[in-house]
Amino acid sequence: MRNFWSRFCRLLPLAATALLAGCHGALLHPAGPIGMAERSIIYTATGLMLVVVAPVIALVVLIAWRYRASNTKARYEPEWSHSTRIEVVMWTIPVIIVSILGVIAWRSSHQLDPFRHIPSPAKPIHVEAVAMDWKWLFIYPDLHIASVNEVAMPVGVPVVFHITSATVMNSFFIPRLGSQIYAMANMQTADNLVASRTGTFRGISANFSGNGFSGMTFKAVSMTSADFKQWVAKVSASSQHLDAAQYVALDKPSQNVPVTYYSQVMPNLFEQILAGKFRSGQLLASASAPTPARGSK
Amino acid sequence: MFGKLTLSAIPFNIPIVMGAVAFMVLCVIGVLAAITYLGKWKYLWTEWLTSVDHKKIGIMYMILAFIMLLRGFADAIMMRSQQALSYGSNMGYLPPQHFDQVFSAHGTIMIFFMAMPFIIGLMNCILPLQIGARDVAFPLLNNFSFWLTAAGAVLVNVSLAIGNFSRAGWLAYPPLSELHFSPGVGVDYYIWALQISGIGTTLTGVNFIATILKMRAPGMSMMRMPVFVWASLCASVLIVVAFPILTVTLGLLTMDRYLGMHFFTNSLGGDPMMYINLIWIWGHPEVYILILPLFGVFSEIVPTFSGKPLFGYASMVYATMAIAVLSMLVWLHHFFTMGAGPAVNAFYGITTMIIAVPTGVKIFNWIFTMYRGRVRFDTPMLWTLGFLITFTIGGMTGVLLAEPPADFVLHNSLFLIAHFHNVIIGGVVFGVFAGVSYWFPKITGFHLHEGLGKLAFWFWFVGFYVAFMPLYALGLMGATRRMDHYNVAAWHPLFIIAAVGAGIIALGIGTQVLQLVVSFMQREKLRDTTGDPWNGRTLEWSLPSPAPAYNFARIPIVRERDAYWDMKKRGVDLKGSTFVPIHMPRNKATGFIMAGCMFVTGFALVWQIWWLVIAGFAATVATLIRHAFDDDRDYHIGADEVRKSEALYDRVKAGSV
Repeated sequence: MRNFWSRFCRLLPLAATALLAGCHGALLHPAGPIGMAERSIIYTATGLMLVVVAPVIALVVLIAWRYRASNTKARYEPEWSHSTRIEVVMWTIPVIIVSILGVIAWRSSHQLDPFRHIPSPAKPIHVEAVAMDWKWLFIYPDLHIASVNEVAMPVGVPVVFHITSATVMNSFFIPRLGSQIYAMANMQTADNLVASRTGTFRGISANFSGNGFSGMTFKAVSMTSADFKQWVAKVSASSQHLDAAQYVALDKPSQNVPVTYYSQVMPNLFEQILAGKFRSGQLLASASAPTPARGSK
Repeated sequence: MFGKLTLSAIPFNIPIVMGAVAFMVLCVIGVLAAITYLGKWKYLWTEWLTSVDHKKIGIMYMILAFIMLLRGFADAIMMRSQQALSYGSNMGYLPPQHFDQVFSAHGTIMIFFMAMPFIIGLMNCILPLQIGARDVAFPLLNNFSFWLTAAGAVLVNVSLAIGNFSRAGWLAYPPLSELHFSPGVGVDYYIWALQISGIGTTLTGVNFIATILKMRAPGMSMMRMPVFVWASLCASVLIVVAFPILTVTLGLLTMDRYLGMHFFTNSLGGDPMMYINLIWIWGHPEVYILILPLFGVFSEIVPTFSGKPLFGYASMVYATMAIAVLSMLVWLHHFFTMGAGPAVNAFYGITTMIIAVPTGVKIFNWIFTMYRGRVRFDTPMLWTLGFLITFTIGGMTGVLLAEPPADFVLHNSLFLIAHFHNVIIGGVVFGVFAGVSYWFPKITGFHLHEGLGKLAFWFWFVGFYVAFMPLYALGLMGATRRMDHYNVAAWHPLFIIAAVGAGIIALGIGTQVLQLVVSFMQREKLRDTTGDPWNGRTLEWSLPSPAPAYNFARIPIVRERDAYWDMKKRGVDLKGSTFVPIHMPRNKATGFIMAGCMFVTGFALVWQIWWLVIAGFAATVATLIRHAFDDDRDYHIGADEVRKSEALYDRVKAGSV
């Protein structure tokens, strides 16, 4: 027992450090304006609610203690059970808070809609992201290159991610940049993000997708435009080409896949994935038409 | 002959599973041997398994729920320890295909076979007593409902030994749960366990609506019903509205898996997102089916232990009904990230926040019930105060998640996990323990050991915060749910703290087991001879503890809201001196046999043993038809017998026995 406690006490500073680390967590330390806006909603909403929640919790403790049975000095009114005044107040307070939060919800849902293009003087770059078992494929349709488990972007330039899945449902998420969105087969979603500083950020699937799920991470690298040009050159120098045969090989389930570059991509690969052309083990020719998604090209 | 079932279905090569199976088999053999040794088979069969007495059915529900709590918690401990270990080069001790089954089973068991049976058990034990009824509206149906729930629970646990359980999470989202991605029998076990127990739950909803609407004592108008009855009525209506949706949704998934259809597949026009909508159209009301009856429990406990009527009864009733209606209008908040338009997201975000209004009102009601009262801190009240503090925090993080842009970063994260455990442990689990410790003397005739009860509360209360506050932080650090392994150094200490928290909760559960044993050993010392140990306000406390089979020797006439409090004030003689014979339903094996046949059918469907499916189904229908020809369904307890047993209770109360 003593051993346990001494070990527990040694854990305490560790715990404090960890909780402080929590304060510097990905979501509270965003690297782009979308994440910043979402963080400020978390702060605002929490602050507004604490205005009521903190006093309520204090009231629970204080009233329970003040009117404890052993405190015979406190007033006791064994039949008192109604007060219109108090009831009006206790319906009104949550109504006010919820009204404010509701207005925030309406406005922010529109402002931070993941499909909404980010206004910027810079021309956005388009990236097609495909969730696969268990890796992410990124296609740069304008540059005709592709990569697995690494996506690069020039800092300050908005990125339009066009997202689908070659397999089960996943969720495309770069925590430090903001908004996630589901990746679904036959369907196309979009995520508009921009990085306001350089760095390498963790990208994940935020929806469980099977055995290889935990290793389905990617690197999202924000770099200067010069570095981005170099990165494109590096990818373009790769000897690998993503043609139909390569894609079918890639489509096979694999786990903890290393970063791979493709210097050429077969045309309209994303559209064909979307149309279910390559769905393994299922009908190829009569694949169903993709569902037109909001905000698709 | 045996469909897909072969000897290789038993996972001999996985020591953890085989250990658990061996433990379970030993427990079952031990119980069976003990019953045989004590010669209690006949007693068990005639007095319990075939019983149509709502009080005994309620007890059986809660025994099932407590055993499933242990099973579900074992899964929780495995997850917490895996995530505490599995950082960097350490892969922990659970490979993904096992870890995935553990979290799927944890969620399924805790919701369907722990929380639901606990709540329905409490409703069974107490609700008829509170409305002055002698039983529920359909006693045999009640017995059948229980055995269906038990059959589902057994089917889930059989999957541990024979085959495997689902790896697709507790809601089995397609396309992952479709045959193409989940070819084993795991999802089939999930489907049939839920279908069988789901029928039982739906029937329970029907039963309690009928009971509450038709069987109240004279004078108990709707607005004189105890709040627990109101809350149970709202929950029962939600059950009847929502559970058929679950049945249909799982039915469509079944057709995909068994008949090659494409409701939710990736191809041929299938739409997996339709399943996600449908399952949450059931799933969100389900959350309120869980919490509403416990709001009712707290509304009974706070007035009793404050020595005052509930503050704002009408507000409480309207708030409960408002929550029940609103709960049907919020399901999309479970997937703001699916890509619906901003107007749709905002609509569901706002309806979700609106639920915070009636819920907030309830919190104020309970606070003002304590105000100018005489608050006693017995165990039920400790759980209630723990609930008020914890649930308020959980509600706050819930409203935060209802802001769609906040959800865009917090969705599926450990922040979400922390939030719903915050409301489910802080609300449902604390509520169940509050209710059990409150009504235990009424149900069994003796109190639970008070000291151990308080100790268990503190373990749970502290353990909850140590286990789940780190998960909030982890969520804000970008950690998502359901990972069997991670590489981020900063997360590791927090996962270790969370595991310590789970350990503290384990101490709480251990204390509760000890409390049950000690209380049973000391039952003579802890006996409740008064029938009204807490100075209660509602009708159940007017009866002896435990209540006699017929509940009320004479049906009480209600004149006030807190009916028994009013009677005590007026000094009403509840029994009078004349007794009449009481009409009672007879115990029947029909429910047990039918549910047993449906269990066999379910097992056969999982393994596609078609002849057994037909045989099991035919036997179910045959049992029902046979019952239709059985005219020996009721009997009378003679007036003399009632007089004698009431006289005995009077002597016990007077302390002369």
